[in-house]
Amino acid sequence: MGQELSLGGQPFVGRLPLAVRIAAETGKEAGLSKRPRPVERIISLFLLACGALSILTTVGFTVVLGSEALRFFSTTEWMNTNKNTAAAITATDTRISVATSGRALAVDEIIRFGVEGETENARIVDVIDPGIIVVERGVNGTRALDHAQGTPLFVAAEVTLGKFLTDTKWAPQIGRFGIIELVVPTIVITLIALLVAVPLGLGAAIYISEYARPRTRALLKPILEILAGIPTVVYGYFALTFVTPLLQSLFGLEVKVYNMASAGIVVGILIIPTISSISEDALSAVPRALREASYGLGATKLETVFKVLLPAALSGVVAAVILGFSRAVGETMIVLIASGAGPNLTANPFDSAETMAGHIARISTGDLSFGSIDYNSVFAIGLTLFLMTLLLNFASTMVTRRFREVYQ
Amino acid sequence: MSEQTAPGLITEQVSDQTFIERLRARNRRGKIGQMFFFSANIITLLALITLIAHVANQSMGLVVVRNAVEPAALSDRPLTELDEAELAAILVDNIGRRIRVVIRDNFSQVPASQFVSAPLSEALRGAIIPAEYASATINDLPPEALAAIVADNLSQGAVYDLVIEHVVRPTVVTSWTLLDSILQRDRIEAEAAAKYPDDDLQFRSWISGDFITRSISSSATTAGLRTALLGSFWIIAITAITSLIVGVAAAIYLEEYATGSRIERLIEINIRNLAAIPSIIYGMLGLAVFVRALGELTSGAVFGVTDTNGRTVLSAGFTLALLILPLLIVNAQEAIRAVPSSIREASYGLGATKWQTVWRQVLPAAAPGILTGVILSLSRAVGETAPLLVVGASTFIGIDPNGPFSKFTVVPIQIFQWTADPKPVFRNVAAAAIIALLVVMVLMNASAIILRNRMSRRY
Repeated sequence: MGQELSLGGQPFVGRLPLAVRIAAETGKEAGLSKRPRPVERIISLFLLACGALSILTTVGFTVVLGSEALRFFSTTEWMNTNKNTAAAITATDTRISVATSGRALAVDEIIRFGVEGETENARIVDVIDPGIIVVERGVNGTRALDHAQGTPLFVAAEVTLGKFLTDTKWAPQIGRFGIIELVVPTIVITLIALLVAVPLGLGAAIYISEYARPRTRALLKPILEILAGIPTVVYGYFALTFVTPLLQSLFGLEVKVYNMASAGIVVGILIIPTISSISEDALSAVPRALREASYGLGATKLETVFKVLLPAALSGVVAAVILGFSRAVGETMIVLIASGAGPNLTANPFDSAETMAGHIARISTGDLSFGSIDYNSVFAIGLTLFLMTLLLNFASTMVTRRFREVYQ
Repeated sequence: MSEQTAPGLITEQVSDQTFIERLRARNRRGKIGQMFFFSANIITLLALITLIAHVANQSMGLVVVRNAVEPAALSDRPLTELDEAELAAILVDNIGRRIRVVIRDNFSQVPASQFVSAPLSEALRGAIIPAEYASATINDLPPEALAAIVADNLSQGAVYDLVIEHVVRPTVVTSWTLLDSILQRDRIEAEAAAKYPDDDLQFRSWISGDFITRSISSSATTAGLRTALLGSFWIIAITAITSLIVGVAAAIYLEEYATGSRIERLIEINIRNLAAIPSIIYGMLGLAVFVRALGELTSGAVFGVTDTNGRTVLSAGFTLALLILPLLIVNAQEAIRAVPSSIREASYGLGATKWQTVWRQVLPAAAPGILTGVILSLSRAVGETAPLLVVGASTFIGIDPNGPFSKFTVVPIQIFQWTADPKPVFRNVAAAAIIALLVVMVLMNASAIILRNRMSRRY
């Protein structure tokens, strides 16, 4: 709504700032000095909070993974021995008859009677035969209690960082927590993926950046983007139902239905776009003068690529490969579908095995009850995976920063 | 005077003949190199084409169908011509008391453990029940009353589907790919006639309107995608709302308000780092924070919803929102940065405050770019599987999700379930689901591109 005003004798139509209108209508001076604006302040704080949410997420990752993993390392996991007490015992008995079935007990092991309510721990002093043990009652600050016949016996599984890093078997249910069994297949699959993705991704990047005409480039780049946009579960389907049968027809039946080779090849296809797009950016950033100088000295295009461009863009290319590595390490669905359903310490690509991410996903499928051995152990794997990828991302940033050739 | 040469410089004298030979060899190597680089692109393209062709190839083809009960044995007329009451009667006649399970799966409003003991008015709240049985339990009902409940509450098509699923029970004994079905039809027909003389060889497209609208089923022939599609829809809606607000706000802060202080630089670096963290780790964060720590909220317990735990649509939506935030913020930042500063200065010049400038000038100008980024991020969220597996997608639910506190499954998780199913015929079902998922993603991306081209203004 325009309001007619007269300013300095000149008719003037239009919407003027409120302060001026008030001044003109009332003849009083409206305050034009800076006023406190609480709403503006609140809004800017809200915006800052949203930005800081990213920090909160990272802190969340660290705290959640860290604390759950700490719980894993600091508490004693109790595993069912599938043994029961064969007769009722009183608080003073030290010679206990137990069922002969179930897991064998050994001297010095800590056993627990039941897990519900107040429980009692005992140290095994002697194993007379599979059915009779001698124990020291009420150890670890628990007190000796009466137990009914048929009380289940649990045995302690201490998880230490040393065991976690050196044991070669991952089977939480029987007290083996060796992350190596999951790390080795992760590395094998990642290496296969890089073997596929580095030549193809780098080759594609070099072609697009150095050889392709603008129209070809406009055609090729979207193809790589489509490849990057396909959901990983679709790649997993492709690995299991196309690549695995293909490998089987090529290499015979030593190729298992679930195998690391097929998962690795398809993870490789998945990370081609990552490697090619970052490498291409790095190659395009090399100044034209370097190419012209190389051609001027009589070098062929290939010689220019290998002796001038790649060394100049090396930091970008290396960063691309590291990022590809990091994506391959964290890739879940392809591995879960195509590579296997159980940990297996093997480097044979035609064997089935499980990576860290794949194992987390398989164990977590369905209802994972809080506080169980599986729940806690999964977070220890998650922390390892998180630290690995964080380290790789950090390395990639450092490489770009440290070794970047700066041109005017 | 000694001759000084730079290291590595070729000072060797060669004859013209040698020179030409070497030049040819170098050029030949150059050609081979170019061919290699070109073929890298071709191999990548081939991989993409093979992937899509393989899925299409699996999604239709010849199948051998075997019925447990022939439809002709059930009625003189074709089943499709019967009305819902007649179909419900056939259902009750043939499956007996198991009809109660069907009723439970379709209408139950209470947890499965209470279904048999709760009065019908409670157990089947909202459904049409014969008045005289309102306070009876399901076990008290005679067969006719059970049939009436089915007939009164479902359409003819739905009852027909139940009859097919529970009585006729067609199973696909074996299936062939599309390519084989076209090229080797004669051989397949001969093989089917020899091996399965009593069964029906027919061409089946696994992707169909029915497939999209049917709910989950344990049989490949009646399996459908509706529950998963609705689950995906609900989760993406929650992801969209949360990530849009938070992501755009963060981008505005970083572009318009930030003054380059240390904390702001930390936020920037942090966002880039978050983008590279594996999605399954986000799932674990979601499990520990949204499902477990905030379980009261995400299960809806504080709002009086009690029959779920924290593994709900809401938890899944929040988890995916966290996952796509880094991508969304970077995209939105670019869109905001593209708005020329002259627009801001003109606004300040007219006396507008910072927020007025952002809200009335910068955001409208950046909106197309921001929306494009949002749609692209969401299309990534649609395809995510691993984090939702960890957060706790239900592997088999027959009830459609109907709000933020429902249990959920999503399309990618169904694809995973069907792919992992030991029965090979489910791979055809998975292929059909993949096509549906890819179509959804293509539509989202296409709308982003259209939006970008239509609405973007150049300054």
